[in-house]
Amino acid sequence: MGSTGVGMRCTKCGSVAVIGMPQHRLKLCAEHFVAWVPIMMERTIDKHHMLGRDERVLVAVSGGKDSLTLWAILMELGYQTDGLYINLGIDHQAYSDVSQEKAAKFSSEHGGVPLHVVNVRDTYGKAIPELARTRRGRRICSVCGLVKRHVMNRIAYEGGYAAIATGHNLDDEAATLLGNTLHWQAGYLRRQAPVLPSVHPGLMRKVKPLCRLYERETAAYALVRGIDFVDLECPYSVKAKSILYKEMLNRLERRSPGIKMQFYEGLLRARQAGLFTGVEQETEYSTCSECGQPTEAGDLCAFCRLWKAA
Amino acid sequence: MMSTAKIRYRRKEWEVKSGMTVRAAIEKAGLDPYSVLALRGKRLVNDQTIIEPGDDIRLVNVISGG
Repeated sequence: MGSTGVGMRCTKCGSVAVIGMPQHRLKLCAEHFVAWVPIMMERTIDKHHMLGRDERVLVAVSGGKDSLTLWAILMELGYQTDGLYINLGIDHQAYSDVSQEKAAKFSSEHGGVPLHVVNVRDTYGKAIPELARTRRGRRICSVCGLVKRHVMNRIAYEGGYAAIATGHNLDDEAATLLGNTLHWQAGYLRRQAPVLPSVHPGLMRKVKPLCRLYERETAAYALVRGIDFVDLECPYSVKAKSILYKEMLNRLERRSPGIKMQFYEGLLRARQAGLFTGVEQETEYSTCSECGQPTEAGDLCAFCRLWKAA
Repeated sequence: MMSTAKIRYRRKEWEVKSGMTVRAAIEKAGLDPYSVLALRGKRLVNDQTIIEPGDDIRLVNVISGG
């Protein structure tokens, strides 16, 4: 291999780097990069006491780069995982069906590791776009998020899983934080964390093992490992504010490498230092009379109210 | 003689001069180098890589919403 034309060199071995990570002052070749990412993720799992190897974990997979990377690394690290794919019934460019195929392909290529599939249209009677049309004034992403959270919790509870793992990366978390800060959403700021503990026997613990890895890194990991992920964007997220926030944060990152990480970690440190102490409130839960899941909203949970009005 | 190469992103394609870096080609296409990764064949290449004559570089989006 010639010495010119290959650009960066691996900080560890001097061979051709596949990625530069200025925030870590690190450039890594394919071999060192696929070794480094799981180490970073395991550190996050350990630091936040997310998961034990004796626990069964339900991995929420979308067929995208983050969730399939998460699933691959959890298996590699020896965690007991099953997957959950929620088919939302988004037909534009066959988005949901293509995504489901990627998740199913991953499962079969990894020894047939179990993959639960819940089709929202078949299970509840309407696909997400149809459901959202009945709820004027509520954005489709908000409807979709509510349905996904309910289904994830139900499958994890019924299946006896100890926790749900989601593929949120650092860019997702930083964009959410920026949005919540711009609107001073104190309640959301208080709840944004790498681990959402189980505060009720019917509400499962949620963990985000990729929350300290940049989106660019999870994508690079999937590409280097040959993980076949869906490259389509959800048609409803194209104009999502989260993408605008990510672009703004990336502009800042170019000027100040590491600023996204500092922004997010600053939140975690601020919470530890007691910034949100005054906001803490005891939440009282009742049981939804329709589905039996815990709810803060009285007789019917938000999910069942949504479907009743549809 | 000028040698060219091409870069592709989704359904778009651009002809670029060989000898420039992948990063420069991404910027020339009007894309943000932070929002894409570059593949030469199936291999991920860093954005300082010099584009060779006849290269077919595919860009993959890394920013997802929702």
